[in-house]
Amino acid sequence: MIRAEERLIGAVARLILDPAAPPARHIAVGAASPIPAAACFLVQALGHDVRLSLLHQHAGNPFTEGTRELFDLAGQGRIDLFFLGGGQIDGQANLNLIGTGDWPGRSVRFPGSFGSAFMYLMVPRTILFREEHSSRVLVPRVDQISAPGLSPPNVFRRGTAQALVTGRCVFRFDAAAGRFALASLHPGETAAGVRAATGFGYDAPAAPETTADPTSEQLALLRGPVRARMAPTYPAFCARVWGEAARSGTDG
Amino acid sequence: MAMLTLAELAARIPDNALVAVPPDNSLTPAALARALVRRGVRGLRLLGVPVSGYVCDLLIGAGCVASLQTSAASLGENGLAPRFAQALAAGTLEVIDATCPAIHTMLQAAEKGVPFMPLRGVLGSDLLAHRPDWRVIDNPFAPGDPILLVPALAPEIGMFHALCADEHGNVHVGRRRELATIAHAARRTFVTVERIVPGNLLEDERMAAGTISGVYIEAVAVAPRGAWPSALLDEYGADAAHLAEYAKLARSDTGFAEYLARFVCA
Repeated sequence: MIRAEERLIGAVARLILDPAAPPARHIAVGAASPIPAAACFLVQALGHDVRLSLLHQHAGNPFTEGTRELFDLAGQGRIDLFFLGGGQIDGQANLNLIGTGDWPGRSVRFPGSFGSAFMYLMVPRTILFREEHSSRVLVPRVDQISAPGLSPPNVFRRGTAQALVTGRCVFRFDAAAGRFALASLHPGETAAGVRAATGFGYDAPAAPETTADPTSEQLALLRGPVRARMAPTYPAFCARVWGEAARSGTDG
Repeated sequence: MAMLTLAELAARIPDNALVAVPPDNSLTPAALARALVRRGVRGLRLLGVPVSGYVCDLLIGAGCVASLQTSAASLGENGLAPRFAQALAAGTLEVIDATCPAIHTMLQAAEKGVPFMPLRGVLGSDLLAHRPDWRVIDNPFAPGDPILLVPALAPEIGMFHALCADEHGNVHVGRRRELATIAHAARRTFVTVERIVPGNLLEDERMAAGTISGVYIEAVAVAPRGAWPSALLDEYGADAAHLAEYAKLARSDTGFAEYLARFVCA
């Protein structure tokens, strides 16, 4: 049986390897992003020469100049791909990590903007990831903008969102049009169901594709080497998806 | 450099001080925070470098904090920081939102003794409208290129937990160099350590690069397992079960009071 998380990991990995997107030689993963991290580990396990820098890696953390080094690398253009999410994401790919209602999240507070206001503009491509796909997350217009989806031409910006992966589908982002387009529906989802659960407008083909399942080779990699690489940094995620065995050795 | 007890160290941190604190994954001063709760500190203005976790949530819940400047408040895999969210909703906490590289850059400006530094990005974020202290200028070297300036920020106090100190007050933090930035930028820095080691860390070629010079450190206290329930380098991992229990108890006022009674004030 394929877990929903494994399917999402496979979908993110395919986006990373998309030959039409700018090359991803160095990928960074920020806080609390187990599915994007697993997708990067899968890409490595498939034999691709990709450097991965995990901000929260406990042992062997790649940053030796403090946590600012991630941002210094991105500022120089040395990070090719980053992942961001949002408590709210709108149809122009604006991200809200502050909260709903009046500033600073008087109705529902989200954690805060992290590095999004910087990273979104500094990296050539960003894959947006948010498992919850509902009209409260995918909104017509975010209540607050932590990081803008698009910038005027005079503002220094290296790239935009490439795609948005949710628990129901994959959207591609068309920066020129400033709109998402449905790329594929996860198995069991319908075009009408996704439309009803999405607060923003988007383009959709008449007969959308189905998100491909991970291959048996990919599943074996996920459940073996990828899980082993994930366990020290994401113990709770590994325990939930792949069982308690992944928890051992994390309290050393 | 003074060698103090944990309680003496906590007593040196004045009410209402602007205090820089690293988060859970970065040698967070958890034992010192619990000592500050016991001493009944009030009105702290915390600066999360660059985000906030268990220590800030605990101090907020215990009524020690007037304001928090941070880029995010989170308990990682255990979700939102519950006492932070409660205090924000109740209106008892002033929240000043930032973004991670802006906090690093403001501290780096203080470290260099310059009044401000430029930072890319951020333009188009609503953060700008809520940061009257941040300014956008036109790049004087290449006009037509708007760029953010952030002011130098020198915390009155920096506090963190390090692996060890020597008798000269040098402290070892390994690769967590953001703690050096805190110590360089803060006017006074207080450090808890697992142990005191003999000799001089700066004379050991292998230790020196991960060491912060005692010139920046006002006082040190020994606090074994002082980052607990967070991790400390390769000394010990995070206590995931305890952090999950904290996250659960801190969801309610009564649960948080129970947490303080059992783990902080006991």
